[in-house]
Amino acid sequence: MIKWQLGTLAELKPETPRVSSLYLDVPEWPGHLAGQHVDVRLTAEDGYQAERSYSIASAPEDRRLALTVERLDDGEVSPYLVGELRVGDKLEFRGPIGGFFVWQGQDERPLLLVAGGSGIVPLMSMLRHRASASRKPPARLLYSSRKFEDIIYAQKLARLAAAGDGLSVHHTLTREKPSGWTGYTRRIDAAMVKDVAWPKDTTPAVFVCGPTSFVEAAAQLLVAMDYDPRWIKTERFGATGG
Amino acid sequence: MADMTLDGNAIAGLLREIFAMEMTNALGTCGSCGAVNEVGRVQVYVHAPGTVVRCPSCEHVLMRVVRGRGKYWVDLSGVRCLEFAEP
Repeated sequence: MIKWQLGTLAELKPETPRVSSLYLDVPEWPGHLAGQHVDVRLTAEDGYQAERSYSIASAPEDRRLALTVERLDDGEVSPYLVGELRVGDKLEFRGPIGGFFVWQGQDERPLLLVAGGSGIVPLMSMLRHRASASRKPPARLLYSSRKFEDIIYAQKLARLAAAGDGLSVHHTLTREKPSGWTGYTRRIDAAMVKDVAWPKDTTPAVFVCGPTSFVEAAAQLLVAMDYDPRWIKTERFGATGG
Repeated sequence: MADMTLDGNAIAGLLREIFAMEMTNALGTCGSCGAVNEVGRVQVYVHAPGTVVRCPSCEHVLMRVVRGRGKYWVDLSGVRCLEFAEP
């Protein structure tokens, strides 16, 4: 049985107008794998409980456990996490959870990461883990956001890509683009995937995360490029009202 | 409706309540079409009464889990076999 435990919010860092990272001090953290999540549970005074899953954003090597949460205005949990929770407050959660959607540093296959919106969060854990690894497989990230201001971790991603260690980051914006924007400006499509994805004969490891419709579109485009479906691991956020 | 579909990652915590180990890497054999998939790849619907798990290959219902009143009801009749490593 996996136990619920309490963490203490040590730092709250805004990432975009609607998204913040929560850095938690956790007394007994058994360690995690990049891509895993935690379940967060809120309990109201009358005993009503709401549970949601949030991906871990920090690398296994990082000192603090970080979650990055998008505030959904009609949600039951995220408006509390992003808006009401303050440094020093306790948060009840259990984890780490999951074993399928994980990437481990000893995997030498070229890495292809495809993110829609807050689907970037578990992929950021993978990129942070990769950044601290001694041997790094080449990696490409294709990241779809609505607007420039909605890009989560924009500066961190730019810094990781600038390290010159074999990571390239490719953005697309689906709604609005700022002047001078040089990235893609459309929904993910076959031409974009063909530009960014590794040739299939490199047998890459692929992780796709985002809203359900985004994940299914991306996975279908990759399979249409003759990627073996077994190379592709997906995680869907759905519309469950965080 | 498409955005109501989740996948096996979404029930990793629920399955950890029921099974003694992490289950999203377990291999499940569909009782209808015989397809073998990791639990992480199954289709999951959490808006039904309880949780409904369907085969990603043929959509046959593999599993239903209802939790309430201090109990679990777990219907695994759609899964022919679950294979997973010892902890």
